Amino acid sequence: MTDQVNPERLAVEMRGIVKIFPGVVANDHVDLIVRQGEIHALVGENGAGKSTLMNILYGLIHADAGEILIEGKPAPMQGPRDAIRQGIGMVHQHFMLIPVFTVGENVVLGSEPVRPGGFYDYARARTAIAALTRQYGLALDPDARVEDLPVGLQQRVEIVKVLYRGARILILDEPTGVLTPQESLELFRVLRGLVQRGKTIIFISHKLKEVLEISDRITVMRRGKVVGHLITKDTDEQEIARLMVGRDVLLRVEKTPAKPGPIALRVENLYANSDQGVPALRGVSFELRQGEILGIAGVEGNGQSELVEALAGTRRSSGGRVFLADHEVSNLTAATIRLAGVSHIPEDRRGAGLVLNYSVADNLILGRQRTPIFAWDGLVLRLKAIFNWAQRLIKEFDIRTPSSTTPARTLSGGNQQKIIVAREMATQPRVLLAAQPTRGVDIGAIEFIHRRLIAERDGGAAILLVSAELDEVRSLSDRIAVMYEGRIVSIEPPDAPEERLGLLMTGGGSGDRRKAG
Amino acid sequence: MSFFSDILRLIGTPDLWHASLQYAALLLLPALGGVISERSGVVNIAMEGMMLTGAFFAVAVDLAVHNVFIAVLGAMIAGGLMASIHAVVSIRYRADQIVSGVAINIFAAGITVFLLNRFYGLADVGQVASSNALPNWNVPLLGQIPFLGRVFFQQNVMVYVAIIVLVLTQVVLFRTRLGLRLRSVGEHPQAADTAGINVYVLRYGAVITSGLLSGLAGAFLSIGIANTFVPGMTDGRGYIALAAMIFGKWTPIGAFIATLIFGFGQAIYDANSSIHISPYLLSMTPYLLTLVVLAAVVRRSSPPAADGIPYVPGAE
Repeated sequence: MTDQVNPERLAVEMRGIVKIFPGVVANDHVDLIVRQGEIHALVGENGAGKSTLMNILYGLIHADAGEILIEGKPAPMQGPRDAIRQGIGMVHQHFMLIPVFTVGENVVLGSEPVRPGGFYDYARARTAIAALTRQYGLALDPDARVEDLPVGLQQRVEIVKVLYRGARILILDEPTGVLTPQESLELFRVLRGLVQRGKTIIFISHKLKEVLEISDRITVMRRGKVVGHLITKDTDEQEIARLMVGRDVLLRVEKTPAKPGPIALRVENLYANSDQGVPALRGVSFELRQGEILGIAGVEGNGQSELVEALAGTRRSSGGRVFLADHEVSNLTAATIRLAGVSHIPEDRRGAGLVLNYSVADNLILGRQRTPIFAWDGLVLRLKAIFNWAQRLIKEFDIRTPSSTTPARTLSGGNQQKIIVAREMATQPRVLLAAQPTRGVDIGAIEFIHRRLIAERDGGAAILLVSAELDEVRSLSDRIAVMYEGRIVSIEPPDAPEERLGLLMTGGGSGDRRKAG
Repeated sequence: MSFFSDILRLIGTPDLWHASLQYAALLLLPALGGVISERSGVVNIAMEGMMLTGAFFAVAVDLAVHNVFIAVLGAMIAGGLMASIHAVVSIRYRADQIVSGVAINIFAAGITVFLLNRFYGLADVGQVASSNALPNWNVPLLGQIPFLGRVFFQQNVMVYVAIIVLVLTQVVLFRTRLGLRLRSVGEHPQAADTAGINVYVLRYGAVITSGLLSGLAGAFLSIGIANTFVPGMTDGRGYIALAAMIFGKWTPIGAFIATLIFGFGQAIYDANSSIHISPYLLSMTPYLLTLVVLAAVVRRSSPPAADGIPYVPGAE
């Protein structure tokens, strides 16, 4: 599938890269060829080895075998310094910025302009940054503190930082994961501008729509191997997904229109504080009916997490009321709320959803360990019943585990998430609070979880879905509530344009459909 | 009311302020060491032990070679060696830095008594006097200024050294490339590493510097102030320096202000013969000030983000 290319125009050649971590072959004879001046997408599921490959290219980890050529010349990478010298820059998924430093200090760190005596030269740093930001149209204030900037601008600092070091090849690791749709569009504009000025970009992503929109060519990885080289204009979502997962994947969620029943959950003017003690919910009101999915869209940190926790009983509300059907449940304990038929898939899977050192079986009964089915007199566990229950759910929810007694810690993220989903759905809840149900989970597991959510809905459950993935909210929800700064600013139909939702999520637009539903 | 009138009378004398500044300088050196170490991301509570080791070796080297400056050098090397144990254990082996610090403090208390007995044949815990002392230096002309001359310009050479180290630390940390890099390593070592900065080299350097400065303070104590080595003579000053560092929000200037307060407390205690109150109560002053200051301030100051967290390359 690799096409013959003129070697003079290759930016990066990685040949036969092997990296073995204890127990896993992260990279198994991987070849990656990136031409100069293209946007090359590297796609694959979690654990496919994309990040390992890029960390090898950037010198952060060392390959066990294989060679790297940069612009046709062999380039052994001992550390990031070598990579920087070769003109490679990396924008990491988790920003490598120092929050308490200024933009300028972050940009120049590691290649600081100095006056004699080793004194840091503020003036020269400022001029250099101003020149860069003008050249590439990336407005930034060099004296602003990074921690005061929104995420989109922090990413811009990362890009400027890489350019300052004279990078000709930019690696961007999942760059849109933290951005709003508007910020993503802005990023794409910036990337196209960089390519026009002769830069080469390697774009790591698992969002197929983006990859198709921005890239020229695509390398697909699965389980440490390259499984396909594609030319973007000749391929489609379906083909990439099949290569990534190794089988056909249902990308569109198939669902029939909702048949909403009576009101299951009513929230009136709810207030709650964040962990830092500042108001996170400022008067949230909505109704949720049996048999419908209400999606919550919003940039993370606008009160979504606190809303779910307040409803689940794991966070005290400071005002307002919550009703389950006609019964008020405001500020009851999590156990009572759970008993009343509310299930909760928490966003913090490892912290709040599982006891990682417990077995799969024990995790599957968490929260119900005192019920008569699983314990005599609420004291002595009925191990046989627990075992049978676990066997049933492992089969039904396709949890890939060696046995029901395996510690949950050793499972992959997707299978850990399936444990929680199985536990929370198996009780046929009246209300299901699903916070980031597919975060960090592979396409295959996402497909599965989506199908189960729709099945629960059709079975009459009222589902509140919180997700940072706007696509997920749009494809699953029957109605979409947009949250901004602790309030629901609008309730939109599921086919509302992405641009409109994006605008509402960032405090723009008018919430004129607020009363809808 | 005689207690308050005694204090007021004391405050009017230059001697009290002279002593305050001297004690402040003694605390300032290890406090600056702590600032440097923790700014690089390594928690250091071992200033006590490094200072004590320095105090012992200052006397031992002085007795051996009869030269105070070589003695000071020996004290610094001893402190630096203790610090390098802490550095290896917490940077190379990623051990808990508090445990390592406590271990060094206990080790220092033991090794100094052991060596004292071995070298000087003292059957039991004893003390040993130095042959020389670090001199005072009366600055020409400035030392003649009434009151202020006594306070600022008739001090032990070590006081001037401490002030120079203070200025240097402040400038290096906040005005130079080295300082920028050191702070970046303490805030976000992954970010520093990806920018091509060697995290380990900077952390080792910072921890060992804290040992050099603590050893220097030990020499000041044993051959500048006491002119003798007594087991356990640091008497918690390394911990007070730690408190000063926290009180000063991990800045050199802040730590200096804190050490001035603690130094004042110590000076008041030293003047207990002229204050009509139990000396036992007065002896609590520096420690009481430490507690009050820590309780009042600590909640509001935040250490470098990666302080105490070992750096593992490639880990998220």
